[in-house]
Parts: sequence; structure tokens; C-alpha cells
Amino acid sequence: MAEKATIIVHSGDLDKMYSALIVANGALSMGMEVSLYFTFWGLLRLKKGGLSKGPLSKLNLFGLGRAMIKNRMHKANVASLERLMADFKELGGKVIACEMTMEIMGVKKSDLNEDLIDLYGAVGTYIQEARDSAITLLI
Amino acid sequence: MSEIKVDVRGETCPIPLVEMRKALRKASDGDIIEIMGTHPASLKEIPMAANALKVKIISEEQQGEVWTIKLQK
Repeated sequence: MAEKATIIVHSGDLDKMYSALIVANGALSMGMEVSLYFTFWGLLRLKKGGLSKGPLSKLNLFGLGRAMIKNRMHKANVASLERLMADFKELGGKVIACEMTMEIMGVKKSDLNEDLIDLYGAVGTYIQEARDSAITLLI
Repeated sequence: MSEIKVDVRGETCPIPLVEMRKALRKASDGDIIEIMGTHPASLKEIPMAANALKVKIISEEQQGEVWTIKLQK
């Protein structure tokens, strides 16, 4: 069995979504299995059309900093989160949505981009994924 | 046995690695995959990935800022 990486995507911030998806795609590209466990603010990014809707974690400046970073990313030809997510799924990555967050935040399955999600689960699912992972991260 | 070309010139992290992996997954055993890119770190990291995936590295070349790596599945 391939080595595995399990990442909790807790933050929904734009920059942290990039960190999570870049690490996840890197791990898949280097032959690992990867599970992304979306919870709290991260889960909201699985809402329809919500993947790149997050603010910057620092210097957001009511969206001004965010616009500047997006502009610079565009100039540097950085891939969009939508493309990184599509690549993640194509390479066999697994997306898990936290059911408790859905309950707390009043998010219904029909609010989410359901075709991205492989599994709905709780902490037990995360532990089963993480217990035999070589890499676990909380982002 | 066929030769697959992957052009990631101008692409940055993590796209060169991802495109290499996608091409490898689609390739059959024995196929040659030629990746051409400009992202400096990928020149080191694609061979690292190839080793981790137990894929043979045929050649690595650099001309100016463009590098070419050939792998065999």
C-alpha cells in the first residue's frame, strides 16, 4: 500500500487553501495517497462556487490585499484553486466533508459541490485516515 | 511503446509535478515521457518524484532556462 498524507483543511482562507491543495497535489504526484478532511471554515469552501471565495489570512485589508495577491498570482501564472482541485481529484485524491460542521453551520448536502466529495464523516473517519498516514497536517 | 510529450513551460509549482504524474498514470509500461519546463525547482523535484515512483530517468538536460527530462515508465 502506498504511503499516505492526511490533511485537515480547517481554514477557508485563500492562502491556506493554496497551501493545502499544493501540498496535496505534490504528495499525489510523488506517489502518496491523500485525504483532505474539510471542517469549519474549510468546509465552506466546498459550497458551490465557493472554492476561491476565502479572504487572505493576513493583510486582507477588506479585500484589497486579497485582490493584490490574486493579481500577482495571475501574473506569476499560479494555477487557480479550481484547477488544483480538478487535478487533485484526477490523481485520485479523496475529499471528506465534516458532518458536524454541516450541522453547526446549517450547510445542507445540496449546498455543497457534491461531485467533489467522496465521503461525509466525523472524527472517527479522520482518525482512521490519519492513523496510518506518514504525513498529517492541520491547515 | 510510445513517446508522450508534456509541455509545462511557464507553469509554476505544483503544475510541472502534477502534469508529470498525470502523464505517467496514462502511459503504458515502457512508454517514454518527455517533460519540458522552465520552473527551476521542478528540475530537481521531477527526478525526486521519479525515484519515489520507481520510474527510470533516461536523461536531464538544460538549455538556457528550458529544461527537458525524459522518463520511462
